[in-house]
Amino acid sequence: MSGTHQPSRSSSLRGPLFFAILAALLVIEGLTSGWNSTLGILNMGLLSAIMALGVNMQWGYAGLFNAGAMGFLALGGLAPVLISTAPTPGAFRAGGPGILTAFAVAIIAVLLAIQAYRRTRGPVRALLVTAILILGFFAFRWLFDPAVTVIEAINPSAAGNLGGLGWPTLLSWPIGALLAAGAAWLVGKTALGLRSDYLAIATLGIAEILVAILKNEQWLDRGVLNVNGIPRPWPVPYEIDLQSSATFVEMAQNWGIDPTLASTLTVKLAFLVLFVIVILLLIWGTELALKSPWGRMMRAIRDNEISAAAMGKNVTRRHLQIFVLGSAVIGLAGAMMISLDGQMTPASYNPLRYTFLILVMVIVGGSGSNWGSVLGGILVWYLWVKAGDWGPDIMGWAASPFADGPLKDHLLNSAAHMRMLVMGIILLVVLRFSPRGLLPEK
Amino acid sequence: MSYLNAADMTGGYGKADILHGCTLSVEKGQIAVIVGPNGAGKSTAMKAVFGMLPLRSGSVTLDGQDITALSPQDRVKMGMGFVPQVNNVFPTMSVEENLEMGAFIRHDDYRATMAQVFDLFPILKDKRRQNAGELSGGQRQQVAVGRALMTQPKLLMLDEPTAGVSPIVMDELFDRIIEVARTGISILMVEQNARQALEIADKGYVLAQGENRYTDTGQALLADPEVRRTFLGG
Amino acid sequence: MDVINALVALTNYVIIPATAYGAQLALGALGVTLVYSILRFSNFAHGDTMALGTGIVILITWGFQSLGITLGPLPTALLALPFGIVITAALLLGTDRTVYRFYRKVRAAPVVLVMVSVGVMFVMNALTRFLIGVDQINFDDGVRFVISARQWRDMTGLSEPLTLRSTQVITVITAVAVMVLLFWFLNRTRTGKSMRAFSDNEDLALLSGIDPNRVVTVTWIITGALATIAGTLYGLDKSFKAFTYFQLLLPIFAAAIVGGIGSPVGAILGGFVISFSEVGLTYAWKKVATYLVPAWEPDGLVQLLSTDYKFAVSFTILILVLIFRPTGLLKGKIV
Repeated sequence: MSGTHQPSRSSSLRGPLFFAILAALLVIEGLTSGWNSTLGILNMGLLSAIMALGVNMQWGYAGLFNAGAMGFLALGGLAPVLISTAPTPGAFRAGGPGILTAFAVAIIAVLLAIQAYRRTRGPVRALLVTAILILGFFAFRWLFDPAVTVIEAINPSAAGNLGGLGWPTLLSWPIGALLAAGAAWLVGKTALGLRSDYLAIATLGIAEILVAILKNEQWLDRGVLNVNGIPRPWPVPYEIDLQSSATFVEMAQNWGIDPTLASTLTVKLAFLVLFVIVILLLIWGTELALKSPWGRMMRAIRDNEISAAAMGKNVTRRHLQIFVLGSAVIGLAGAMMISLDGQMTPASYNPLRYTFLILVMVIVGGSGSNWGSVLGGILVWYLWVKAGDWGPDIMGWAASPFADGPLKDHLLNSAAHMRMLVMGIILLVVLRFSPRGLLPEK
Repeated sequence: MSYLNAADMTGGYGKADILHGCTLSVEKGQIAVIVGPNGAGKSTAMKAVFGMLPLRSGSVTLDGQDITALSPQDRVKMGMGFVPQVNNVFPTMSVEENLEMGAFIRHDDYRATMAQVFDLFPILKDKRRQNAGELSGGQRQQVAVGRALMTQPKLLMLDEPTAGVSPIVMDELFDRIIEVARTGISILMVEQNARQALEIADKGYVLAQGENRYTDTGQALLADPEVRRTFLGG
Repeated sequence: MDVINALVALTNYVIIPATAYGAQLALGALGVTLVYSILRFSNFAHGDTMALGTGIVILITWGFQSLGITLGPLPTALLALPFGIVITAALLLGTDRTVYRFYRKVRAAPVVLVMVSVGVMFVMNALTRFLIGVDQINFDDGVRFVISARQWRDMTGLSEPLTLRSTQVITVITAVAVMVLLFWFLNRTRTGKSMRAFSDNEDLALLSGIDPNRVVTVTWIITGALATIAGTLYGLDKSFKAFTYFQLLLPIFAAAIVGGIGSPVGAILGGFVISFSEVGLTYAWKKVATYLVPAWEPDGLVQLLSTDYKFAVSFTILILVLIFRPTGLLKGKIV
């Protein structure tokens, strides 16, 4: 969100140039560390780019600070678990009705409380609303707890959760987006329209809570026990199937590549193609939306909220729309990431990596610029991975004059934290000296 | 030579000038009032005198000294006091603390000045422990004027001091302003209530489009049929 | 007798821990609210400032310990605290000069400053990791208990134990002292009043001749002191771990907003509202319930919310306040 939005003169060449540099970096990585590692970085970079596209909608188009991308990402990641994994036999019959009734009771209690709040006044209101909520809470727990106990008792070593529906994985991606959108709507509805920092604080909170839920609700996703073996999306093959296919092995040998390596490369390339398609669709959609009257209004609001409000635009409503949309994109990326990993590990969600690093990507790429987000996503992810590799080397070189001992050990051990420092400094330097980023918004 | 002389002020924000050769002056212990239609540049002229507007040409002298290049803070030190039109008190601070903040640049004992302010606005003395934000509009204006008086200014500038207060409170405020002037403080004031303000004015300026249109004593302006017709509504 | 036992259990498991935790949150929230009122942005780096300040205090504590200097029954960290405050305040002033000052000059929007504070957060987080690592560290070396369980039993003969740890007492005493000092400073001294004036109405403060640079400098020094004290007390009471301090951001922000952001009294009130709700809702009430209703043998822990969800408590309170009273319990600044 920079103050001025004039097109820069060199912008026509900047994009291709930076993407060429990025490609060169990746080729060097391929030649030195192998194509497998390059594709690994690239795939995760593309996912980061999608996350960045979502955050960019919020920060770049509307100036909304989402400090809880991690939460929406994790929630989106729940979709593949619930949609595409196989159901746990007997789990739903045993605990499903209990859990569903419990949530129904909770929703009814909240709706009742809202009605009571609207229709009564004074001390009666406070008493009534509190009573409804407390009774509702206990009713919820009374229904919910036994159902959870039953589900978690089913085959605890391998399952202990509801399991999924066994539907196609690709279907779980939009559903992940929907889940995130729902949570974003709830947060946005309360925190938007107040001071701009309140959204940041509220999203910071919801992210912690969503991840806490994923970590602790075993009936839902096995919590910290992790869910493994989440099916891959069509048409990505499995390495083992490729290796046992005679035609594939023959083809690989014709190309002069080891069949095992060829199979992993094929799988990664298949993911890559899927991810690129999603990114292109997203950019096409957002560019279209931005050129529509809706998008023009969005930008008018960002550039001058007060005058837009004075012209009768409902700023809060527009902000809610863009916030929900952006979070949906982050949720989509979350679902895709779980499909790529094939497992759900709630303990791995870390705000520095999944919230704040994404912000760095958006700002480095160029706030408000979609291609900037893609560039920033891949480039910053590359730097993040490489800073982890280079850190110890640099530190080893810096520490070489010191004698072996506790100081040298300490220096060498802290090399792993280098990248935090690097990211912080990059963020500060870009914000200060180049607030419009590498690929400024046109 | 008048006590305040703002001669031929031209300037504005950005490219377009708002003031075009506007000239204002105030004699010692007298009240000068700037009136004029909306958008005439009244408040802007006031800001220019106080150094809050970049001038392209013209000069401001106070007591014979050229202060054109000084910052507002330095002008306060030179003996100018300024009461903005809105947001002119510290709302969560008590009346007494508001006055203390007014005296922030003074390093001598300001208790005598505070006593004078309390004499001038007795209601403030009763409410001195109350937060300024909790006072009525008229009382808040008194705090604002009192705050500006704490530096013992020789020139007090008031930007629409009676905006948004009832007619009774307005008369009361004007009376107080006359009292302030009697102590030898020069007053330069922008007023929306032109008729009432000109009645207490030793000198009146009618501004239109950033220029001086009429300049005379308050009574003369009130008597001028042309001024009455064009600017005072008949 | 059972009523007394129930009260003892309540005191031991809810009131004492929540009071200590509330004092720590209140000190943290005071820092946040101070930066908010003077510099006008929500400082996301505050949690990591607390971590860095505490890390420095721990290093100095180790230094003293290796020199054989201790405070006897009190934790050595208290001796290291003033040094830690000076260094942390100096670091914050350095940050202000190199980072924040530019954005004040260009009058950047508050949300841009929030983003900038995220950058500062990264750097401080890295510095803390460089300095002291990511592991859990216990650095309390004083006497552990003011009242131990055994002393309590000998003293009262009650079956229900009660312990009062010295770090809890130190927390409360230090927090009260700091708050008294802070309020004296803000309400009685010229500089303190000029800070309140600046927070109330920046333009008028400038007109009155208040020097903004001085106000900002003093604000960062106080913020550094508050953050270091809050972090050290929290670390003494529980333990030090950098990531925990980042997570404290949420309850601290919640406390500041619930109390009314920009209002120091509100920050303290908010700190205790959050801590008592959090501890109360995540405490297993089984023991107290059995004492009070002897006929009832609850099968669960009678815990309203698992401790894993303690952040949900701050969050829910925060959301309720944002919906029903966005200015906070005590009227804070602009919504």
